[in-house]
Amino acid sequence: MRFKDVFSIIGPSMVGPSSSHTAGAVRLGRTARHVLGGLPEHAEIIFYGSFATTYRGHGTDLAIIAGLLNYDTDDMRIKDAFDRAKDAGMEVEIRSAQKAGMHPNTATLILRRGDQKVIVTGCSIGGGNIEIVSIDDFDVKFTAVYPTLLIFHADRRGILAEMTDIFKHADANIGYMEVDRKSRSGDALTVIESDEVLPTEWIDQIVQLRDVYKVRVIHLTSKGDLS
Amino acid sequence: MRFSNLEQLIQLCIKESVTIGQLMITEQAAETGKSVQEVIGQMAAYYEIMKEAVFKGIESDMKPRSGLTGGDAKRVHTYLLNDVTSLGTEACTSMAYALAVSEINASMGRIIATPTAGSCGIIPGVFVSSQERFGWSDEHMVHGLFSAGAIGYVIANNSFVSGAEGGCQAEVGSAIGMAAGALVELRGGTPEQAVHAVGLALKNSLGLICDPVGGLVEIPCIVRNGFGAVTAMAAADMALAGVKSVIPSDEVIDVMLEVGSAMPEKHRETAMGGLAQTPTGKKIMKELYGKGER
Repeated sequence: MRFKDVFSIIGPSMVGPSSSHTAGAVRLGRTARHVLGGLPEHAEIIFYGSFATTYRGHGTDLAIIAGLLNYDTDDMRIKDAFDRAKDAGMEVEIRSAQKAGMHPNTATLILRRGDQKVIVTGCSIGGGNIEIVSIDDFDVKFTAVYPTLLIFHADRRGILAEMTDIFKHADANIGYMEVDRKSRSGDALTVIESDEVLPTEWIDQIVQLRDVYKVRVIHLTSKGDLS
Repeated sequence: MRFSNLEQLIQLCIKESVTIGQLMITEQAAETGKSVQEVIGQMAAYYEIMKEAVFKGIESDMKPRSGLTGGDAKRVHTYLLNDVTSLGTEACTSMAYALAVSEINASMGRIIATPTAGSCGIIPGVFVSSQERFGWSDEHMVHGLFSAGAIGYVIANNSFVSGAEGGCQAEVGSAIGMAAGALVELRGGTPEQAVHAVGLALKNSLGLICDPVGGLVEIPCIVRNGFGAVTAMAAADMALAGVKSVIPSDEVIDVMLEVGSAMPEKHRETAMGGLAQTPTGKKIMKELYGKGER
Protein backbone atom coordinates (compact mmCIF):
# COMPACT_ATOMS: atom_id res chain seq x y z
CA MET A 1 0.00 0.00 0.00
CA ARG A 2 1.42 3.38 -1.00
CA PHE A 3 -0.61 5.20 1.62
CA LYS A 4 -0.12 3.69 5.03
CA ASP A 5 -2.74 5.05 7.37
CA VAL A 6 -5.58 7.47 7.99
CA PHE A 7 -3.26 10.40 8.66
CA SER A 8 -1.60 10.04 5.28
CA ILE A 9 -5.08 10.87 3.91
CA ILE A 10 -6.41 13.35 6.48
CA GLY A 11 -3.32 15.44 7.04
CA PRO A 12 -0.67 16.54 7.32
CA SER A 13 -1.21 19.82 9.03
CA MET A 14 0.63 22.05 6.61
CA VAL A 15 1.26 25.45 5.14
CA GLY A 16 -0.22 25.70 1.61
CA PRO A 17 -0.57 25.81 -1.27
CA SER A 18 0.14 22.23 -2.42
CA SER A 19 0.48 19.02 -0.48
CA SER A 20 2.62 17.49 -3.24
CA HIS A 21 4.69 20.55 -4.01
CA THR A 22 4.85 22.08 -0.56
CA ALA A 23 4.28 19.56 2.26
CA GLY A 24 5.79 16.64 0.35
CA ALA A 25 8.72 18.85 -0.61
CA VAL A 26 9.31 19.83 3.02
CA ARG A 27 9.47 16.14 3.88
CA LEU A 28 11.84 15.41 1.00
CA GLY A 29 14.15 18.15 2.21
CA ARG A 30 13.95 17.01 5.80
CA THR A 31 14.59 13.40 4.93
CA ALA A 32 17.63 14.40 2.87
CA ARG A 33 18.95 16.47 5.77
CA HIS A 34 18.65 13.45 8.04
CA VAL A 35 20.46 11.31 5.47
CA LEU A 36 23.30 13.85 5.53
CA GLY A 37 23.17 13.99 9.31
CA GLY A 38 22.76 17.73 9.81
CA LEU A 39 22.39 21.14 8.17
CA PRO A 40 23.98 21.20 4.72
CA GLU A 41 26.50 23.93 3.97
CA HIS A 42 25.65 23.64 0.31
CA ALA A 43 22.50 22.27 -1.29
CA GLU A 44 21.93 21.71 -4.98
CA ILE A 45 18.26 21.09 -5.74
CA ILE A 46 17.26 19.59 -9.10
CA PHE A 47 13.59 19.53 -10.05
CA TYR A 48 12.03 17.14 -12.56
CA GLY A 49 8.59 16.84 -14.19
CA SER A 50 5.77 18.89 -12.71
CA PHE A 51 8.15 20.06 -9.98
CA ALA A 52 10.30 21.63 -12.69
CA THR A 53 7.42 23.38 -14.46
CA THR A 54 5.47 24.68 -11.46
CA TYR A 55 7.84 24.92 -8.50
CA ARG A 56 7.81 28.71 -8.44
CA GLY A 57 4.05 29.03 -8.08
CA HIS A 58 3.88 26.34 -5.41
CA GLY A 59 6.85 27.50 -3.38
CA THR A 60 8.43 24.06 -3.80
CA ASP A 61 11.88 25.64 -3.60
CA LEU A 62 10.97 27.32 -0.31
CA ALA A 63 9.54 24.05 0.97
CA ILE A 64 12.61 21.95 0.21
CA ILE A 65 14.85 24.55 1.80
CA ALA A 66 12.54 24.63 4.84
CA GLY A 67 12.92 20.87 5.08
CA LEU A 68 16.68 21.18 4.89
CA LEU A 69 16.38 23.60 7.81
CA ASN A 70 14.51 20.78 9.61
CA TYR A 71 11.14 22.59 9.68
CA ASP A 72 7.94 20.57 9.84
CA THR A 73 5.17 20.83 7.21
CA ASP A 74 3.11 23.37 9.19
CA ASP A 75 5.94 25.68 10.17
CA MET A 76 4.94 29.27 9.43
CA ARG A 77 8.58 30.11 8.66
CA ILE A 78 8.40 28.12 5.38
CA LYS A 79 7.61 31.23 3.35
CA ASP A 80 10.78 32.92 4.62
CA ALA A 81 12.95 29.86 4.03
CA PHE A 82 15.32 31.61 1.59
CA ASP A 83 16.25 34.26 4.13
CA ARG A 84 16.45 31.73 6.95
CA ALA A 85 18.79 29.55 4.90
CA LYS A 86 21.05 32.53 4.31
CA ASP A 87 21.06 33.30 8.04
CA ALA A 88 21.89 29.67 8.81
CA GLY A 89 24.81 29.77 6.38
CA MET A 90 23.36 27.36 3.83
CA GLU A 91 24.11 28.03 0.16
CA VAL A 92 21.39 26.93 -2.24
CA GLU A 93 21.43 26.30 -5.98
CA ILE A 94 18.26 25.39 -7.88
CA ARG A 95 17.92 24.00 -11.37
CA SER A 96 15.54 21.97 -13.50
CA ALA A 97 16.31 18.94 -15.61
CA GLN A 98 14.58 16.32 -17.74
CA LYS A 99 14.77 12.59 -17.23
CA ALA A 100 12.37 10.05 -18.71
CA GLY A 101 10.46 7.53 -16.67
CA MET A 102 10.40 9.43 -13.41
CA HIS A 103 7.43 10.17 -11.17
CA PRO A 104 6.03 13.60 -12.20
CA ASN A 105 7.04 15.17 -8.89
CA THR A 106 10.66 14.23 -8.39
CA ALA A 107 13.59 16.11 -6.90
CA THR A 108 17.25 15.25 -6.46
CA LEU A 109 19.13 16.90 -3.62
CA ILE A 110 22.89 17.00 -3.60
CA LEU A 111 23.97 18.03 -0.13
CA ARG A 112 27.39 18.84 1.25
CA ARG A 113 28.56 19.35 4.81
CA GLY A 114 32.29 19.33 5.54
CA ASP A 115 33.66 16.27 3.80
CA GLN A 116 30.24 14.58 3.76
CA LYS A 117 28.21 14.46 0.57
CA VAL A 118 24.92 12.71 -0.14
CA ILE A 119 22.67 12.54 -3.19
CA VAL A 120 19.04 11.86 -2.36
CA THR A 121 16.28 11.44 -4.94
CA GLY A 122 12.66 11.31 -3.89
CA CYS A 123 9.14 11.69 -5.24
CA SER A 124 6.15 13.45 -3.80
CA ILE A 125 3.30 11.03 -4.39
CA GLY A 126 0.34 13.09 -3.20
CA GLY A 127 -1.23 14.34 0.00
CA GLY A 128 2.18 15.21 1.42
CA ASN A 129 3.42 11.63 1.21
CA ILE A 130 6.83 10.86 -0.23
CA GLU A 131 8.91 7.98 -1.50
CA ILE A 132 12.70 8.11 -1.44
CA VAL A 133 13.90 6.22 -4.51
CA SER A 134 17.66 6.54 -4.40
CA ILE A 135 20.48 7.49 -2.06
CA ASP A 136 23.89 8.00 -3.61
CA ASP A 137 24.02 5.15 -6.13
CA PHE A 138 21.73 2.84 -4.22
CA ASP A 139 18.13 2.12 -5.24
CA VAL A 140 15.85 2.30 -2.24
CA LYS A 141 12.15 2.62 -1.56
CA PHE A 142 10.94 4.03 1.72
CA THR A 143 8.37 6.58 2.81
CA ALA A 144 9.83 8.12 5.97
CA VAL A 145 6.47 7.54 7.65
CA TYR A 146 8.08 5.16 10.13
CA PRO A 147 11.35 5.55 12.02
CA THR A 148 13.88 4.46 9.41
CA LEU A 149 17.49 3.36 9.80
CA LEU A 150 19.92 3.66 6.91
CA ILE A 151 22.92 1.44 7.42
CA PHE A 152 25.82 1.96 5.02
CA HIS A 153 28.07 -1.07 5.12
CA ALA A 154 30.18 -3.55 3.20
CA ASP A 155 28.50 -6.54 1.61
CA ARG A 156 29.65 -9.40 3.83
CA ARG A 157 28.24 -12.77 4.81
CA GLY A 158 26.36 -12.67 8.08
CA ILE A 159 26.24 -8.90 8.48
CA LEU A 160 22.45 -8.73 8.02
CA ALA A 161 21.92 -11.36 10.68
CA GLU A 162 24.10 -9.33 13.05
CA MET A 163 21.96 -6.25 12.40
CA THR A 164 18.63 -7.98 12.83
CA ASP A 165 19.96 -9.69 15.95
CA ILE A 166 20.41 -6.25 17.50
CA PHE A 167 16.79 -5.45 16.68
CA LYS A 168 15.77 -8.70 18.31
CA HIS A 169 17.63 -7.90 21.49
CA ALA A 170 16.26 -4.35 21.50
CA ASP A 171 12.78 -5.90 21.28
CA ALA A 172 12.10 -3.75 18.21
CA ASN A 173 9.94 -4.88 15.31
CA ILE A 174 11.10 -4.55 11.72
CA GLY A 175 8.22 -3.60 9.41
CA TYR A 176 10.17 -3.43 6.17
CA MET A 177 13.75 -4.05 5.14
CA GLU A 178 15.69 -3.89 1.90
CA VAL A 179 19.29 -4.21 0.85
CA ASP A 180 20.97 -2.86 -2.26
CA ARG A 181 24.61 -3.50 -3.04
CA LYS A 182 26.80 -1.98 -5.67
CA SER A 183 28.57 -5.28 -6.28
CA ARG A 184 29.32 -8.56 -4.58
CA SER A 185 31.55 -7.81 -1.59
CA GLY A 186 31.24 -4.10 -2.46
CA ASP A 187 29.37 -1.31 -0.70
CA ALA A 188 25.80 -1.90 0.41
CA LEU A 189 22.95 0.06 1.90
CA THR A 190 20.40 -1.53 4.17
CA VAL A 191 17.17 0.31 4.92
CA ILE A 192 15.15 -0.80 7.93
CA GLU A 193 11.76 0.64 8.83
CA SER A 194 10.76 -0.18 12.36
CA ASP A 195 7.66 0.34 14.45
CA GLU A 196 9.57 2.28 17.08
CA VAL A 197 12.66 4.47 17.29
CA LEU A 198 15.60 2.31 18.27
CA PRO A 199 17.17 3.67 21.48
CA THR A 200 20.63 5.22 21.02
CA GLU A 201 22.49 2.42 22.77
CA TRP A 202 21.21 -0.09 20.23
CA ILE A 203 22.01 2.19 17.31
CA ASP A 204 25.54 2.48 18.74
CA GLN A 205 25.81 -1.29 18.64
CA ILE A 206 24.95 -1.29 14.93
CA VAL A 207 27.50 1.46 14.32
CA GLN A 208 30.13 -0.68 16.04
CA LEU A 209 29.50 -3.76 13.90
CA ARG A 210 32.45 -4.70 11.71
CA ASP A 211 32.11 -3.35 8.14
CA VAL A 212 29.40 -0.82 9.05
CA TYR A 213 30.52 2.60 7.76
CA LYS A 214 27.76 4.85 9.03
CA VAL A 215 24.21 4.78 10.29
CA ARG A 216 21.57 7.46 9.78
CA VAL A 217 18.20 7.76 11.49
CA ILE A 218 15.21 9.30 9.75
CA HIS A 219 12.29 10.15 11.96
CA LEU A 220 10.20 13.02 10.69
CA THR A 221 7.86 13.27 13.65
CA SER A 222 10.75 14.15 15.96
CA LYS A 223 11.86 17.75 16.20
CA GLY A 224 15.64 17.48 16.26
CA ASP A 225 18.40 15.73 14.34
CA LEU A 226 18.89 12.16 15.42
CA SER A 227 22.08 11.38 13.58
CA MET B 1 -5.32 -2.26 7.67
CA ARG B 2 -7.68 -5.16 7.26
CA PHE B 3 -9.37 -3.68 4.18
CA SER B 4 -8.09 -2.58 0.84
CA ASN B 5 -11.34 -1.88 -0.97
CA LEU B 6 -14.75 -0.46 -0.10
CA GLU B 7 -16.55 -3.81 -0.27
CA GLN B 8 -14.21 -5.26 2.37
CA LEU B 9 -14.73 -2.12 4.42
CA ILE B 10 -18.53 -2.52 4.38
CA GLN B 11 -18.29 -6.23 5.21
CA LEU B 12 -16.06 -5.53 8.22
CA CYS B 13 -18.44 -2.83 9.45
CA ILE B 14 -21.43 -5.13 9.11
CA LYS B 15 -19.66 -8.04 10.78
CA GLU B 16 -18.52 -5.97 13.72
CA SER B 17 -21.62 -3.73 13.89
CA VAL B 18 -19.60 -0.53 13.74
CA THR B 19 -19.58 2.58 11.60
CA ILE B 20 -16.79 3.19 9.09
CA GLY B 21 -15.44 5.89 11.40
CA GLN B 22 -15.36 3.59 14.44
CA LEU B 23 -13.68 0.85 12.44
CA MET B 24 -11.04 3.26 11.15
CA ILE B 25 -10.22 4.44 14.68
CA THR B 26 -9.51 0.93 15.93
CA GLU B 27 -7.64 0.00 12.74
CA GLN B 28 -5.46 3.10 13.03
CA ALA B 29 -4.72 2.41 16.69
CA ALA B 30 -3.80 -1.22 15.93
CA GLU B 31 -1.69 -0.24 12.93
CA THR B 32 0.33 2.42 14.72
CA GLY B 33 0.46 0.88 18.19
CA LYS B 34 -1.05 4.05 19.62
CA SER B 35 -3.99 4.28 21.98
CA VAL B 36 -7.47 5.08 20.68
CA GLN B 37 -7.34 8.32 22.69
CA GLU B 38 -4.09 9.38 21.05
CA VAL B 39 -5.40 8.66 17.59
CA ILE B 40 -8.65 10.55 18.25
CA GLY B 41 -6.64 13.38 19.83
CA GLN B 42 -4.61 13.91 16.68
CA MET B 43 -7.72 14.00 14.50
CA ALA B 44 -9.41 16.41 16.93
CA ALA B 45 -6.40 18.72 16.64
CA TYR B 46 -6.72 18.55 12.86
CA TYR B 47 -10.42 19.45 13.06
CA GLU B 48 -9.56 22.53 15.12
CA ILE B 49 -7.18 23.67 12.37
CA MET B 50 -9.90 23.10 9.77
CA LYS B 51 -12.37 25.25 11.71
CA GLU B 52 -9.75 27.92 12.22
CA ALA B 53 -9.10 28.04 8.46
CA VAL B 54 -12.84 28.30 7.70
CA PHE B 55 -13.39 31.26 10.00
CA LYS B 56 -10.17 33.01 9.10
CA GLY B 57 -10.99 32.66 5.43
CA ILE B 58 -14.53 33.99 5.81
CA GLU B 59 -13.51 36.98 7.89
CA SER B 60 -10.34 38.19 6.30
CA ASP B 61 -9.47 39.39 2.84
CA MET B 62 -6.90 36.75 2.11
CA LYS B 63 -4.51 37.68 -0.63
CA PRO B 64 -2.61 34.84 -2.22
CA ARG B 65 0.96 35.68 -3.18
CA SER B 66 0.05 36.04 -6.84
CA GLY B 67 -2.63 38.66 -6.21
CA LEU B 68 -4.84 36.86 -8.75
CA THR B 69 -7.55 35.61 -6.44
CA GLY B 70 -8.86 36.18 -2.93
CA GLY B 71 -11.96 37.50 -1.21
CA ASP B 72 -14.37 35.12 -2.95
CA ALA B 73 -15.28 33.28 0.26
CA LYS B 74 -16.21 36.56 1.90
CA ARG B 75 -18.12 37.61 -1.22
CA VAL B 76 -20.24 34.44 -1.24
CA HIS B 77 -20.77 34.57 2.52
CA THR B 78 -21.94 38.18 2.42
CA TYR B 79 -24.22 37.35 -0.50
CA LEU B 80 -25.86 34.43 1.27
CA LEU B 81 -26.46 36.52 4.39
CA ASN B 82 -28.08 39.35 2.44
CA ASP B 83 -29.68 37.84 -0.64
CA VAL B 84 -31.80 34.96 -1.74
CA THR B 85 -29.49 32.26 -3.06
CA SER B 86 -30.17 29.81 -5.85
CA LEU B 87 -28.76 26.89 -3.91
CA GLY B 88 -30.33 27.53 -0.56
CA THR B 89 -28.49 28.72 2.51
CA GLU B 90 -27.08 25.38 3.65
CA ALA B 91 -25.37 24.40 0.42
CA CYS B 92 -24.27 27.97 -0.13
CA THR B 93 -22.67 28.07 3.33
CA SER B 94 -20.70 24.90 2.69
CA MET B 95 -19.57 26.43 -0.59
CA ALA B 96 -18.43 29.65 1.10
CA TYR B 97 -16.56 27.69 3.78
CA ALA B 98 -14.85 25.51 1.18
CA LEU B 99 -13.74 28.62 -0.71
CA ALA B 100 -12.47 30.08 2.56
CA VAL B 101 -10.16 27.17 3.34
CA SER B 102 -8.88 27.06 -0.24
CA GLU B 103 -8.09 30.76 -0.10
CA ILE B 104 -6.18 30.30 3.14
CA ASN B 105 -4.23 27.54 1.40
CA ALA B 106 -3.44 29.72 -1.61
CA SER B 107 -2.07 32.41 0.69
CA MET B 108 0.31 29.97 2.40
CA GLY B 109 -1.79 29.73 5.53
CA ARG B 110 -2.20 26.62 7.66
CA ILE B 111 -4.58 23.91 6.48
CA ILE B 112 -5.04 20.16 6.73
CA ALA B 113 -4.49 18.27 3.49
CA THR B 114 -7.77 16.36 2.87
CA PRO B 115 -6.54 14.41 0.99
CA THR B 116 -4.37 17.09 -0.62
CA ALA B 117 -3.87 20.82 -0.18
CA GLY B 118 -5.41 21.52 -3.58
CA SER B 119 -8.61 19.87 -2.34
CA CYS B 120 -8.40 20.99 1.29
CA GLY B 121 -11.60 23.08 1.25
CA ILE B 122 -14.21 20.43 0.54
CA ILE B 123 -14.22 18.40 3.75
CA PRO B 124 -14.04 21.41 6.10
CA GLY B 125 -16.69 23.16 3.96
CA VAL B 126 -19.12 20.27 4.29
CA PHE B 127 -18.20 19.39 7.88
CA VAL B 128 -18.21 22.81 9.52
CA SER B 129 -21.40 23.97 7.80
CA SER B 130 -23.19 20.69 8.63
CA GLN B 131 -22.03 20.85 12.24
CA GLU B 132 -23.54 24.32 12.60
CA ARG B 133 -26.74 23.26 10.94
CA PHE B 134 -27.32 20.00 12.79
CA GLY B 135 -25.73 20.99 16.11
CA TRP B 136 -23.32 18.06 16.13
CA SER B 137 -20.54 17.74 18.70
CA ASP B 138 -16.87 17.99 17.81
CA GLU B 139 -16.55 14.35 18.80
CA HIS B 140 -19.13 13.40 16.18
CA MET B 141 -17.24 15.39 13.56
CA VAL B 142 -13.95 13.73 14.45
CA HIS B 143 -15.58 10.32 13.95
CA GLY B 144 -16.73 11.62 10.58
CA LEU B 145 -13.16 12.52 9.67
CA PHE B 146 -12.07 8.94 10.34
CA SER B 147 -14.86 7.79 8.06
CA ALA B 148 -13.64 10.20 5.35
CA GLY B 149 -10.11 8.97 5.96
CA ALA B 150 -11.06 5.32 5.50
CA ILE B 151 -12.71 6.11 2.17
CA GLY B 152 -9.72 8.19 1.08
CA TYR B 153 -7.35 5.43 2.11
CA VAL B 154 -9.10 3.05 -0.29
CA ILE B 155 -9.19 5.58 -3.13
CA ALA B 156 -5.54 6.58 -2.69
CA ASN B 157 -4.28 3.01 -2.65
CA ASN B 158 -6.37 1.79 -5.56
CA SER B 159 -6.20 4.90 -7.71
CA PHE B 160 -4.61 8.25 -6.82
CA VAL B 161 -5.19 11.51 -4.99
CA SER B 162 -2.72 13.86 -6.65
CA GLY B 163 -3.39 16.05 -9.66
CA ALA B 164 0.04 15.33 -11.08
CA GLU B 165 -0.78 11.63 -11.21
CA GLY B 166 -4.48 11.52 -12.03
CA GLY B 167 -5.77 15.01 -12.80
CA CYS B 168 -8.19 17.02 -10.72
CA GLN B 169 -10.60 14.06 -10.56
CA ALA B 170 -8.00 12.50 -8.26
CA GLU B 171 -7.72 15.54 -5.98
CA VAL B 172 -11.05 17.30 -5.87
CA GLY B 173 -12.87 14.12 -6.93
CA SER B 174 -11.43 12.08 -4.06
CA ALA B 175 -12.25 14.82 -1.56
CA ILE B 176 -15.85 14.97 -2.82
CA GLY B 177 -16.20 11.20 -2.49
CA MET B 178 -14.73 11.26 1.01
CA ALA B 179 -16.95 14.15 2.12
CA ALA B 180 -20.06 12.57 0.60
CA GLY B 181 -19.51 9.20 2.28
CA ALA B 182 -18.65 10.77 5.62
CA LEU B 183 -21.69 13.06 5.52
CA VAL B 184 -23.96 10.06 4.96
CA GLU B 185 -22.49 8.44 8.05
CA LEU B 186 -22.62 11.64 10.11
CA ARG B 187 -26.33 11.81 9.30
CA GLY B 188 -26.94 8.27 10.43
CA GLY B 189 -26.75 6.45 7.10
CA THR B 190 -25.40 2.91 6.88
CA PRO B 191 -21.87 2.05 5.75
CA GLU B 192 -23.41 0.71 2.56
CA GLN B 193 -25.19 3.99 1.86
CA ALA B 194 -21.98 5.87 2.61
CA VAL B 195 -20.13 3.81 0.03
CA HIS B 196 -22.87 4.38 -2.55
CA ALA B 197 -22.42 8.10 -1.97
CA VAL B 198 -18.71 7.69 -2.73
CA GLY B 199 -19.43 6.03 -6.08
CA LEU B 200 -22.14 8.55 -7.00
CA ALA B 201 -19.84 11.44 -6.17
CA LEU B 202 -16.77 10.08 -7.93
CA LYS B 203 -18.70 9.44 -11.12
CA ASN B 204 -19.48 13.11 -11.33
CA SER B 205 -15.85 14.19 -11.43
CA LEU B 206 -14.38 11.50 -13.68
CA GLY B 207 -12.22 13.00 -16.37
CA LEU B 208 -11.62 16.29 -14.61
CA ILE B 209 -8.22 17.56 -15.68
CA CYS B 210 -5.68 19.40 -13.54
CA ASP B 211 -4.88 22.67 -15.31
CA PRO B 212 -3.75 25.29 -12.79
CA VAL B 213 -3.14 28.70 -14.32
CA GLY B 214 0.48 29.66 -13.82
CA GLY B 215 0.94 26.38 -11.96
CA LEU B 216 -0.67 27.99 -8.91
CA VAL B 217 -3.24 26.33 -6.66
CA GLU B 218 -5.70 29.15 -7.36
CA ILE B 219 -7.41 29.12 -10.77
CA PRO B 220 -9.49 26.95 -11.07
CA CYS B 221 -8.65 25.08 -7.84
CA ILE B 222 -10.35 27.44 -5.41
CA VAL B 223 -13.75 27.52 -7.13
CA ARG B 224 -13.58 23.77 -7.76
CA ASN B 225 -13.40 23.34 -3.99
CA GLY B 226 -16.53 25.45 -3.64
CA PHE B 227 -18.39 23.38 -6.23
CA GLY B 228 -16.99 20.20 -4.69
CA ALA B 229 -18.60 20.88 -1.32
CA VAL B 230 -22.00 21.27 -2.97
CA THR B 231 -21.57 18.09 -5.03
CA ALA B 232 -20.63 16.13 -1.92
CA MET B 233 -23.85 17.21 -0.24
CA ALA B 234 -25.86 16.29 -3.33
CA ALA B 235 -24.29 12.82 -3.45
CA ALA B 236 -24.97 12.31 0.26
CA ASP B 237 -28.61 13.23 -0.24
CA MET B 238 -28.97 10.86 -3.17
CA ALA B 239 -27.51 8.00 -1.15
CA LEU B 240 -29.62 8.78 1.92
CA ALA B 241 -32.66 8.82 -0.35
CA GLY B 242 -31.79 5.31 -1.43
CA VAL B 243 -30.07 5.99 -4.75
CA LYS B 244 -27.42 3.39 -5.43
CA SER B 245 -24.26 3.55 -7.47
CA VAL B 246 -25.14 0.89 -10.03
CA ILE B 247 -21.49 0.61 -10.98
CA PRO B 248 -20.01 -0.52 -7.65
CA SER B 249 -17.91 2.21 -6.04
CA ASP B 250 -14.76 0.07 -6.15
CA GLU B 251 -15.18 -0.21 -9.91
CA VAL B 252 -15.63 3.56 -10.18
CA ILE B 253 -12.33 3.97 -8.34
CA ASP B 254 -10.71 1.64 -10.89
CA VAL B 255 -12.16 3.76 -13.67
CA MET B 256 -10.61 6.84 -12.13
CA LEU B 257 -7.24 5.08 -12.27
CA GLU B 258 -7.81 4.15 -15.90
CA VAL B 259 -8.93 7.63 -16.94
CA GLY B 260 -6.17 9.38 -15.01
CA SER B 261 -3.47 7.12 -16.41
CA ALA B 262 -4.70 7.83 -19.93
CA MET B 263 -4.70 11.58 -19.37
CA PRO B 264 -2.02 13.41 -21.34
CA GLU B 265 0.73 14.95 -19.26
CA LYS B 266 -0.32 18.46 -20.24
CA HIS B 267 -3.57 17.93 -18.34
CA ARG B 268 -1.89 16.69 -15.17
CA GLU B 269 -0.78 19.69 -13.17
CA THR B 270 1.95 20.76 -15.55
CA ALA B 271 0.15 24.00 -16.46
CA MET B 272 0.84 23.10 -20.10
CA GLY B 273 -2.79 22.58 -21.11
CA GLY B 274 -6.40 23.35 -20.27
CA LEU B 275 -7.25 26.66 -18.60
CA ALA B 276 -3.56 27.33 -18.01
CA GLN B 277 -2.94 27.60 -21.74
CA THR B 278 -5.89 29.81 -22.71
CA PRO B 279 -4.90 33.26 -24.00
CA THR B 280 -5.73 34.73 -20.58
CA GLY B 281 -4.00 31.90 -18.74
CA LYS B 282 -0.85 32.48 -20.75
CA LYS B 283 -1.05 36.23 -20.22
CA ILE B 284 -1.36 35.72 -16.46
CA MET B 285 1.61 33.37 -16.46
CA LYS B 286 3.69 35.91 -18.40
CA GLU B 287 2.71 38.72 -16.04
CA LEU B 288 3.46 36.66 -12.95
CA TYR B 289 6.85 35.37 -13.90
CA GLY B 290 7.72 38.39 -15.98
CA LYS B 291 7.41 40.71 -13.00
CA GLY B 292 9.67 38.56 -10.88
CA GLU B 293 7.04 36.68 -8.90
CA ARG B 294 8.89 33.74 -7.52
